[in-house]
Amino acid sequence: MTGTLLDIKDLLIEADIEGEWKPIVHRLSMTLDRGEIIGLIGESGAGKSTFGLSALGYTKPGCRIVSGSIMLNGMELVGKPDSGLRSIRGNKVAYVAQSAAASFNPAHTLFEQFAESPVQHGKMSAEEARASCVELFRQLHLPEPELIGNRYPHQVSGGQLQRAMTAMALGSSPDIIVFDEPTTALDVTTQIEVLGAIKEAVKAHQVAAIYISHDLAVVAQMADRIMVLRYGDLIEEGKASDLLSDPQEEYTRQLLNVRSERARKNQDREENIQLHIENISARYPGMTFNVLEDINIKVVRGRTVAIVGESGSGKSTLARVITGLLPPDRGSIKFNGDLLTAELKTRPVNALQSIQMIYQMADVAMNPRHRVKEIIGRPLEFYLGMKPEARDTRVFELLRQIELPEEFSERYPAQLSGGEKQRVCIARALAANPDLIICDEVTSALDQLVAEGILDLLLNLQKKLDVSYLFITHDIATVKAIADEIVVMHQGRVVEQGGKEAILSPPFAPYTELLLSSVPEMEPGWLDDLVSRRKKGEAPTADSIGT
Amino acid sequence: MMGPVTFLKELNFSARIGLFIVCCMAFCGIFAPWLAPYSESQIVGDVWEPIGGKFIFGTDQIGRDILTRLIFGARNTIALALLSTTVAFLAGALLGFIAATMGGVTDQVLCRLVDVCISIPTLIASLIFLSALGTAVTTLVLVIGIIYTMPVFRIARAVAMDIEVMDYIEAARLRGENLWWVMHKEILPNALTPLAAEFGLRFCFVFLLISSLSFLGLGLQPPLADWGAMVRGNADGIAWGFLHSLLPAACIAILTIGINLLIDRWVHKASGLRDDQ
Repeated sequence: MTGTLLDIKDLLIEADIEGEWKPIVHRLSMTLDRGEIIGLIGESGAGKSTFGLSALGYTKPGCRIVSGSIMLNGMELVGKPDSGLRSIRGNKVAYVAQSAAASFNPAHTLFEQFAESPVQHGKMSAEEARASCVELFRQLHLPEPELIGNRYPHQVSGGQLQRAMTAMALGSSPDIIVFDEPTTALDVTTQIEVLGAIKEAVKAHQVAAIYISHDLAVVAQMADRIMVLRYGDLIEEGKASDLLSDPQEEYTRQLLNVRSERARKNQDREENIQLHIENISARYPGMTFNVLEDINIKVVRGRTVAIVGESGSGKSTLARVITGLLPPDRGSIKFNGDLLTAELKTRPVNALQSIQMIYQMADVAMNPRHRVKEIIGRPLEFYLGMKPEARDTRVFELLRQIELPEEFSERYPAQLSGGEKQRVCIARALAANPDLIICDEVTSALDQLVAEGILDLLLNLQKKLDVSYLFITHDIATVKAIADEIVVMHQGRVVEQGGKEAILSPPFAPYTELLLSSVPEMEPGWLDDLVSRRKKGEAPTADSIGT
Repeated sequence: MMGPVTFLKELNFSARIGLFIVCCMAFCGIFAPWLAPYSESQIVGDVWEPIGGKFIFGTDQIGRDILTRLIFGARNTIALALLSTTVAFLAGALLGFIAATMGGVTDQVLCRLVDVCISIPTLIASLIFLSALGTAVTTLVLVIGIIYTMPVFRIARAVAMDIEVMDYIEAARLRGENLWWVMHKEILPNALTPLAAEFGLRFCFVFLLISSLSFLGLGLQPPLADWGAMVRGNADGIAWGFLHSLLPAACIAILTIGINLLIDRWVHKASGLRDDQ
């Protein structure tokens, strides 16, 4: 089973950027043999996803293939009509997306979704499909392979879901699977399991794979060959081992360095407590009861702590206490080991600089009369004393980091979309070089796709800059996507806290279960069912947990 | 920065009329000594010579050329009104912003003080002050400026209060910005639109107050030409059918309209409305 399977030549892809077609993939070529895994690596905006997806004959909306050829098994995909491509997709080529949770239909069990396509196409009977499903699940090291197929997507963990998705991709025995950052949304420990399982299965089935990632270490584990992309151009290509031991290009070396630096930092993480909130109680002036009661929270450098709770649980008040807008009645806040004074006015400038905030409503968080340049540039002037030229250069750099074009620096907030506004707010927070960013419901006002983009951005930035997040939200889905640790708050008290896995898997604390079970599901009748279960006392209610 | 050509293009028809009026008046005021056919207080003919005769706009109640007086009046009246309104806005906006951003005791003290001042009718207050302090031009500017500080304070404070609760103000405070930055970089640009609209209106009020003060003899002192005083001086003629006093009155009206046309356009632009709205 050798020989060239996929041969992409001189592929030029353009994207519609504000009504103008601009090339985002510059005449790239790639060949892929059977059973080979090629890794595409680069920072976001490098064109790696666009290039990788072209193996499916697919371009994202707003993109078009201008010239070049994509030969799959001797068949030209460029210019083929959609109907022809559809029969290839899922059959000859399969795709595993970054967010498996978004790709599964929550209303069907894993097995139903696995069997749907082969049974419908008459390739297998239901029994055969079941058997192959169980076999694949076993190969991918899913627990209880015979039974897990009967679960719904929300009943398995993110890592398991990602593996189930790989199983689905393998199920149709494709020639090529495109993995688009399949483990980026997973935490480190789960990522390792998933990677191992995927690699084994891919080798066992002798399929070729295109593995897209921004994480060099991950690609190094997976790929035989690596292509380093940047701004739509090929920087370097070579065998994985050669490229890692002896990178030829400066940019590749940079990518390698970032990685090793982070590895070093991770080691001393446990001692590195950045924010330590001790016994905080607080109330607003004129109130007779405490809004916050005896709160203890630790935030470790470079990690994300999510504070979850319904509105009125005191989560935003906690942010006000940390930032000094509301001095607490009791308790202390330590930042990097130093005691923070209660009042905002008495805090030294460097303490203000190291804690930045991102708000829920980006609309009102930016002065509508300031240009993006001034909004992002002000912290640079104020904290770092930058002169205009240095400031502008840095503003451009920050805009690139938040994946917005430089031209945006001249715009006013009203000329930005909701997601872009929130990105500018993120850049403003980053401009101060903070150690901790408090994100107060930053995605609540955005639609799901845009919100996902913002969360991805925050995660990527965290990996690059080692900044910690205190993430305030009421949305469990957000928490699942971003948090390392979770603090569940209810009526001004911490009801549960711990690692994400521990909190989000049974046994639940009563209030946490209430929160989790209250997330609406797509299944028709879900609400009726939940309400009747709550009435019967099978599911927790707000009353039953004694609020 | 915007060039003069693009600036003109930005203006619609009515705003161009406004601009034309304001420019004409300003031109007359600046170049008065060269434009006027006679000197400001020269008696050139009979009392109330007819309009359109030897003198285009006739002569006034003691035989001075009305055209000359109107041209010099533009200089005196506009300069005085502009200065007084500017004083009122500088003081009013500053105090209003301070009250809004500092809040608490400062806010209370300032507000009550303004309440007391504003309860004295404008004309009476200015009469008292001007009779006590004299009618030198500086005194006039300061007295009128301070009197109109009060309503400007109220508007500035109300506008700033609305802006003060925005997250971007909180963001600036969290950044550690001082009061001055918050006021002039964060609040002022957003308060400028309503304040500009108010400036246009208030300018006209000041204008009329100066005219009424002149009418009462406490404004600009003769022989300085002033449109308000000219209306008063020539008013007696109406009884005999001499309509000369309508000329300075028309000047006041035209300038008021011109300024407001211009300000309207700016407010329209600044509020982010498009032309089709």
